[in-house]
Amino acid sequence: MSSKTKGERAVKPKIAVFKFASCDGCQLSLLDAEDELLPVIGAVEIAYFPEASRTMLKGPYDIGLVEGSITTHHDAERIQEVRRHCKTLITIGACATAGGIQALRNWKDVDEFIRVVYATPQFVSTLKLSTPVAEHVPVDFELRGCPINKRQLIELVSATLIGRKPNIPLYSTCIECKRKGNVCVAVARGLACLGPVTQAGCGAVCPSFDRGCYGCYGPMESANTNSLTTQLRALGQADSQIARAFRGFNAWSWQFRKASEECDHK
Amino acid sequence: MNTRTRTIRVDTLARVEGEGALDIKLIGERVADVKLKIYEPPRFFEAFLRGRHYSEVPDITARICGICPVAYQMSAVHAIERAFGIKIDPAVRLLRRLFYCGEWVESHALHVYMLHAPDFLGYQDVIGMAHDHRELVEKALRLKKIGNHIMTVLGGREIHPVSACVGGFYKTPTKAQLSELAEDLHWALEASIDTARWTAGFDFPDFEQDYEFVALRHPGEYALNEGRLVSNRGLDIDVAEYEDHFVEQHVKYSNALHSVIRGRGSYLVGPLARFNLNFDQLHPVAKQVALEIGLHPPVKNPFRSIAVRAIELVFACAEALRIITEYEPPPEPRVQAVPRSAVGQAITEAPRGVLYHRYALDEEGMVLTAKIVPPTSQNQKRIEDDLREYAAHLVAWPLEEATWKCEQAIRNYDPCISCATHFLKLRINREAR
Repeated sequence: MSSKTKGERAVKPKIAVFKFASCDGCQLSLLDAEDELLPVIGAVEIAYFPEASRTMLKGPYDIGLVEGSITTHHDAERIQEVRRHCKTLITIGACATAGGIQALRNWKDVDEFIRVVYATPQFVSTLKLSTPVAEHVPVDFELRGCPINKRQLIELVSATLIGRKPNIPLYSTCIECKRKGNVCVAVARGLACLGPVTQAGCGAVCPSFDRGCYGCYGPMESANTNSLTTQLRALGQADSQIARAFRGFNAWSWQFRKASEECDHK
Repeated sequence: MNTRTRTIRVDTLARVEGEGALDIKLIGERVADVKLKIYEPPRFFEAFLRGRHYSEVPDITARICGICPVAYQMSAVHAIERAFGIKIDPAVRLLRRLFYCGEWVESHALHVYMLHAPDFLGYQDVIGMAHDHRELVEKALRLKKIGNHIMTVLGGREIHPVSACVGGFYKTPTKAQLSELAEDLHWALEASIDTARWTAGFDFPDFEQDYEFVALRHPGEYALNEGRLVSNRGLDIDVAEYEDHFVEQHVKYSNALHSVIRGRGSYLVGPLARFNLNFDQLHPVAKQVALEIGLHPPVKNPFRSIAVRAIELVFACAEALRIITEYEPPPEPRVQAVPRSAVGQAITEAPRGVLYHRYALDEEGMVLTAKIVPPTSQNQKRIEDDLREYAAHLVAWPLEEATWKCEQAIRNYDPCISCATHFLKLRINREAR
């Protein structure tokens, strides 16, 4: 993260942060990078980040970070405009990369959902599906996780600015878990664990806390969900439980979607 | 006679968590209309929780808010425990309190320094502030990091931690793990006291309102996870009676429901309410610093909430220190839950105020119905009421400054619109005639 020694005013790369349907947690990760925040804001220009600043500069931006899924007509149009203003578009978190927990509506009747939550349904405008950003516009990099890992975010932004490939592993949580020296919760204790099909990045946090992984980093590259389903059945899990396990924060990723639908016999 | 019509439009209100808009219409000297519009897209948590297993609820509800996930986990587990009739271990209770202190420190440090202080010092953001006051921002970041670290020790990560569950925790820390927090917490306590003294020097607008303050009250402690719901106007109820006294209204311009007290109207939850109702229970250090900086209940000026938040930082650090000294690990990390068909409610004190959850569960522990009332939707009507009064003071002000002041008045509440459904588009419509 070097900055030019001469001329603080030298043109810094402009970064923008956009929010769609989400919990704010992934953009908060940027402010949660307490050790890196001051160097980062020294090296880049935060041009648009409403959660942190009243200053809102117009595009184009060098990097756009997008949090959240697309759930309304207005947002479906807004993401097109965001894409036009960003040289590099990076989606951050399970909502932006897989539709998020709110994609559970995709298997239900959204009009009924509106009636459950709101007294006057006609005031509410929403799409039938909650979808990842890449279903709407080309995306340059998808950073997984619910929430994302702030170190991966800093690595990704640094790599993008330098123009190298980011070091974001695509292997499974199992690899991270072994490296930490955890005893396997599935093998030793028979707990249902999505680790074998989930992308690394969280630091195998659930197995480290004596529970099975719940898949919040989404499917790893070449996830063998069929094999895991067989294993979960052998552990005594009912298909309805397996369907629910895949129907979490990355439910609408095609791998988890397919796996959950194969176990959903309703 | 002045017939100019001026309109200010700020497209995005910043430094709040979420997306919304504000319209204020001034006709002559009169504030004709105030609308806090929240167009954060709805996410339907209460709908898709139905049919999920009780054990999944704390992990799912955490995703309502990345700033206060612990609050959502706490209200969820307490509500379900009440439904199943579970009594938790005293050590688990203590750990949950520590977990909450971590979130208060993280959330309050974020709001005091990074979201709210720039208004008082005249900066657009913490970035500009860091340019002139680097040591202040470094202090803020270290403070916030310590709050986050508590959550990470207890829950594996600061955003959406993974350890809280019905009956206790998946895994509880050792005494040594908590003792390691002591050095940082001693520093944080001093830093919080400095923070409180620093905020006391700000210029506060002369503005007071006659609020109904609503907060949890516990017989023996500054309430976080349990207590009765009380107000300064005689409300004193069990949390299960919440829905008899409070009602949510759906207004056309907002995707967050407005909450009111039946028969009375708007009310205020959060740091100001807690401070005013439970001042006697603050840790002695927090109380002493409050009095030293001239804060004593009732504080009725919402702009002073930044100082009250700083006092709660002092409290949270002192309380965390007490807990890590007293803590002995529980015999089991959690009590085994036995599901039964029942309804359970809980209220806990999220950083922004009381957070109500209710679940109806079946005999297998599946959720039949869920209801969640976040603090921001409870404060939303009160924010509008403040603006209606406050905007009247600003009629003669240049529009740009008036707009900034209105934004600041909204930020008094640290609104989390992601919770209440989220950026504000601020428009002041000024019609002169």
